[in-house]
Amino acid sequence: MRIDGKGLIDRTKPVRFRFDGKDYAGYKGDTLASALLANDVRLVGRSFKYHRPRGVLTAGSEEPNALVEVIGAKNQTPNVRATVQEVFEGLDCRSQNRLGSLRFDLLAVNDYLSPFLSAGFYYKTFMWPRAFWEGLYEPIIRRAAGLGSLSGKHDEGVYEKAFAFCDVLVIGSGPSGLMAALTAGRAGADVILAEESHALGGRLLSDAGTISGMPGGEWVAQVVAELTAMPNVRIMSRTTVTGAYDHGTYGALERVGLHKPARPNLPRECFWRIVAPHAVLASGALERVVAFKDNDRPGLMMASAVRTYLNRYGVAPGKRVTLFANTDAARATARELMAAGVTVAAIIDPRPDAFSVEDCPVHVGAEVIGTRGRLGVSGITVRKGSETFEVETDCLAMSGGWNPTIHLTCHMNGRPRWSEELAAFVPMEGAVPGLVAVGAANGSMSTHGALATGRAAAQKMAEALGRTVQVDLPEAEDVPYQIKAFWAVEGKGRAWLDFANDVTTKDVKLAAQEGFRSVEHMKRYTTQGMAPDQGKNSNVAALAVLADATGRGIPETGTTTFRPPYVPVSIAAMGAGGRAEGFAPQRFLTSDQASRDRGAPMIEAGLWYRPSYFPKPGEATWREACDREVDMVRQAVGIADVSTLGKIDIQGKDAGRFLDFVYTNTFSTLPVGRVRYGLMLREDGLVLDDGTSARLAENHYLMTTTTAAAGLVMRHLDFVHQAFCADWQVRFISVTESWAQFAVAGPKARALANAFVETPVELPFMGVTPVRVRGVDGRLFRISFSGEEGYEIAVPTRFGEALFRDLVARAETLGGGPYGMEALNVLRIEKGFITHAEIHGRVTAHDIGMEKMVAAKKDCIGKAAAMRPGLWGPERDQLVGLKAAEPISAGAHLFVPGTEVHRETDQGYVTSVGFSPTLNAWLGLAFLKDGRARIGERVRLVDHLRGLDVICEVCHPVFHDPEGEKLRA
Amino acid sequence: MRLTCPLCGDRDRREFYYYGAEDYLRRPAEGAPLADWDNYLHLRDNPAGVTKDLWYHEAGCSQWLVVTRNTVTHEITGVELVAERTVGQAK
Amino acid sequence: MPELIAKSALDGRSLTLGGVTLAEVAIGPITSVAVLPGGAKAVAKGLKALGLTFPAPNTFTERKGARIVWTGRDQAFVLGVDCPTMEGAAITDQSDGWAVLAVSGVAAVDVLVRLVPLDLRLGAFPVGTAVRSGLNHMNAVILRTGDYAFEVMVFRSMARTAWHELETTISMVAARAGVKI
Repeated sequence: MRIDGKGLIDRTKPVRFRFDGKDYAGYKGDTLASALLANDVRLVGRSFKYHRPRGVLTAGSEEPNALVEVIGAKNQTPNVRATVQEVFEGLDCRSQNRLGSLRFDLLAVNDYLSPFLSAGFYYKTFMWPRAFWEGLYEPIIRRAAGLGSLSGKHDEGVYEKAFAFCDVLVIGSGPSGLMAALTAGRAGADVILAEESHALGGRLLSDAGTISGMPGGEWVAQVVAELTAMPNVRIMSRTTVTGAYDHGTYGALERVGLHKPARPNLPRECFWRIVAPHAVLASGALERVVAFKDNDRPGLMMASAVRTYLNRYGVAPGKRVTLFANTDAARATARELMAAGVTVAAIIDPRPDAFSVEDCPVHVGAEVIGTRGRLGVSGITVRKGSETFEVETDCLAMSGGWNPTIHLTCHMNGRPRWSEELAAFVPMEGAVPGLVAVGAANGSMSTHGALATGRAAAQKMAEALGRTVQVDLPEAEDVPYQIKAFWAVEGKGRAWLDFANDVTTKDVKLAAQEGFRSVEHMKRYTTQGMAPDQGKNSNVAALAVLADATGRGIPETGTTTFRPPYVPVSIAAMGAGGRAEGFAPQRFLTSDQASRDRGAPMIEAGLWYRPSYFPKPGEATWREACDREVDMVRQAVGIADVSTLGKIDIQGKDAGRFLDFVYTNTFSTLPVGRVRYGLMLREDGLVLDDGTSARLAENHYLMTTTTAAAGLVMRHLDFVHQAFCADWQVRFISVTESWAQFAVAGPKARALANAFVETPVELPFMGVTPVRVRGVDGRLFRISFSGEEGYEIAVPTRFGEALFRDLVARAETLGGGPYGMEALNVLRIEKGFITHAEIHGRVTAHDIGMEKMVAAKKDCIGKAAAMRPGLWGPERDQLVGLKAAEPISAGAHLFVPGTEVHRETDQGYVTSVGFSPTLNAWLGLAFLKDGRARIGERVRLVDHLRGLDVICEVCHPVFHDPEGEKLRA
Repeated sequence: MRLTCPLCGDRDRREFYYYGAEDYLRRPAEGAPLADWDNYLHLRDNPAGVTKDLWYHEAGCSQWLVVTRNTVTHEITGVELVAERTVGQAK
Repeated sequence: MPELIAKSALDGRSLTLGGVTLAEVAIGPITSVAVLPGGAKAVAKGLKALGLTFPAPNTFTERKGARIVWTGRDQAFVLGVDCPTMEGAAITDQSDGWAVLAVSGVAAVDVLVRLVPLDLRLGAFPVGTAVRSGLNHMNAVILRTGDYAFEVMVFRSMARTAWHELETTISMVAARAGVKI
């Protein structure tokens, strides 16, 4: 019910929204919860386990009950707290966790089964028979588990992440936060003020108190105006600081577009990483529930929430309100309701000596022992001494005192301290370096206390930043907060602690009785505090019940660990920008467009996109194209873009010496103008990478790496250089991106290459020379990865596309053309050349038959470790070729024909395969136990995944032109 | 987590690649017994307290760093350039 | 024989949205000058001929169209002019290795803080700052050329991704500001 003249909502801006298919009206400034309460909607959800009817309990992000699904055009968001979701024109949402309608939830049958569903029910019930688990239990549990549901569709929403830096981060904008921000801001520090709600002011928006003689809201407006005008202060509303991390890093979730109709490019949420050497935790306190029989009906609310709905939203959550609270402070809720004309039927105060004169009946030394009303409370039962009586009410406001919101102070493993005086946990000072808790978050419960501690903390931080500031402290109430702990009303029946997960005092006691006496064990056994709200208003009460049940004190019992995030954070926000192609950069070749123009499907090779094959009209499968391209290279000439290979420019007098140190073989003896194949080991003796290095000048080398390991090799070279020979005369830099490089391979390669250079050259095999390529300075290498006579022409990248198009056009006149990765792979398998399919991190030089490349005369990285026993010898899996008449597969395992196929009889595995049109057979490269001694034998290849079982011939890995006559032609 | 690169300054952890203990800087001399290599490659302490390890400023200046940090408090007390330390450099 | 045609990574494209302009810029030659041990003096002499001095870490300086950018320990890039070989340094042509994107406008910082994990407040990142860092997942050299102007150098092969991510971010920042797209 809306109350005229009250609240901070904008009554000139009505908003229509929809809940469970029905249209309602609210105002701008309303949350979904306040708007529903204004429309007298009390029943908003069903509880997790027993499907009990539930209503709004709180007015903040700690809400355990009022979770709804928000339905958007492009996404469906479950478990949205109605107390946080702002209404906007067209908001469409519905209740969740029900089977049938909200009023007649079929799963409410669970409530009648509750004697069987106590803590540990699953653990005890579904233990046996084991065979029932997958077929029977799991599907049932899965059906019943969870709260909201997803649409199952891709979320098309836009999410954002961002970084922010400041001198002082102020978390929360209640009196202490505003005072801290004002003080730090006036001192000239860079301030970020983060506020979870859409409006600043915290509890000052909910209270009717005054500051400096003016209503709290007015003071807030004044301070906010001043802060807004400061260029060094940044106000971030709708932003919840969710976690405190190492070295002054904080995570924060901003609701950017969730309170508006979706618009293109407007992020829904933004996940901020805020770095601040100083932070003020002004997160206030959360009111805690009192456990008594049936304390979970719609209409039962936290007293402070009732006050917030009244003062901030102009809503009376009931027509006949009752208050059940154990502090003087909570009385304000009843007084303000009455001042607004709302009937308060009774105040029930468990303290026998409490103040008993109010403008309504007050029962001191009394307790609420039960409630009535199926879908919403209609009355309560009160016990005073030996007497019990009924009170009619449609809203019971309850308060068991306050818990400082200390979560962030515990995120780096800090344990809070129990304060007997406050009957609550307070932060341990310094638990998060740089973070200081103030105000109610640190147990200063009065407004004066909040203002004073906020100012003091900010002043200290300003001083640490070398700034001074004087800020007057506004006058405000300084009523001492007095409390005697009151957690639960003794009696029969189920008394709720954790509303979200349906945990009752009985469950906690049962846990203790069954031996789960540690608070961490109790939590897991009962699921107390494990719902989306993480037990924000029930954890302390639950551990108090546990302490009581185990006969220990609360400090001894301790709390469970608070971990980030403070509120649920959508994965989409944390991973913003990382979806699909955003997961990693895409690297494109200069020939990319030309390849796509020819219809080549592009495949990922690391981050690069490379052409798979170049289809021709009439070719129905990739194999046809691939076979043709292989033939083309073997018979005429083929062009392939090999720019993806890593290229490292190495210079200096010690360049050769450096290469000798990182390669197993020797490069200092390589003549200028020549290229040599090199093998690189890791320090543990396993192969890191291979490639060719060219000597361009006396003190100038160009190293190439495989595409896959380019980054890895650079990191390795940096390490070896900086760790072991930083004083050598050598420097190196990646030039991978600087050169576009094309392989020209086949019997007609020389003719084609020489058609592009200004002065035709006769290069020996493994030679390199500078050339002018169509008016551009380039390089010509005579190297081959195909087994044919091969050249690689390199030009500065900007000329890459032009050269590729020209090379291909010219090749076509010679009966050649471009070839893709598939053909490249077949060509190199035919020639027995390895790639990272073979050098996969578990093979040694010996395994690939290159032990002779480890020079005896010099030290190199990995040499000593490569000599260790077990890394060489006949017990190793050694590289061999395989030949078969039918398809074989990489990943298949090898066995001796006629033996059983299992792990113990495994003889090796296949790393690469391809159909060779040249040999008209399936070829593979494989690692076979003592393989080199077994050439000519037959092995059985088994691939259970693809259903292959093939007899293969073990061959030398070089199938094509084993003498290398074509290469050297 | 943040690291202060001696060259680039205070940076987010995402710019760095973690390698392992600084033991990797003490490479045995050529011809050292296998036990030395085993120790160098594989045997590591796991201290609760101060430790030194190697990080690479991969999205930065490409320098390798020795980071002194406390595994209990997460405090970082020193970051130095591998290239500018004098011990362990080859002759 | 026809000469080869040069192409930049993004054909010099540009866009303006919500007060931010994004453009591929041609900055001319890029040369890496990596000082060899003991070579500092000789390099200082070599750079003097170009009117440049070796920059302090995380800075760049300009003189008559020539710019020198710190890019690492004992390493700098000379931009905009041809850099001759010089004693005491390894000189490597990097002209084709990078795409350079200029991001400018009052909201340029708001765009970059969504992709770059750096403190870009003017006090911490003044004009004349050049750092190596990341643009989302890409390595980048980031220069502040004005209060509201930055240049971002990324590997040429990643230029399209860099463009896409900047464009997307510019759109989001504009949408936040209420700009109709």
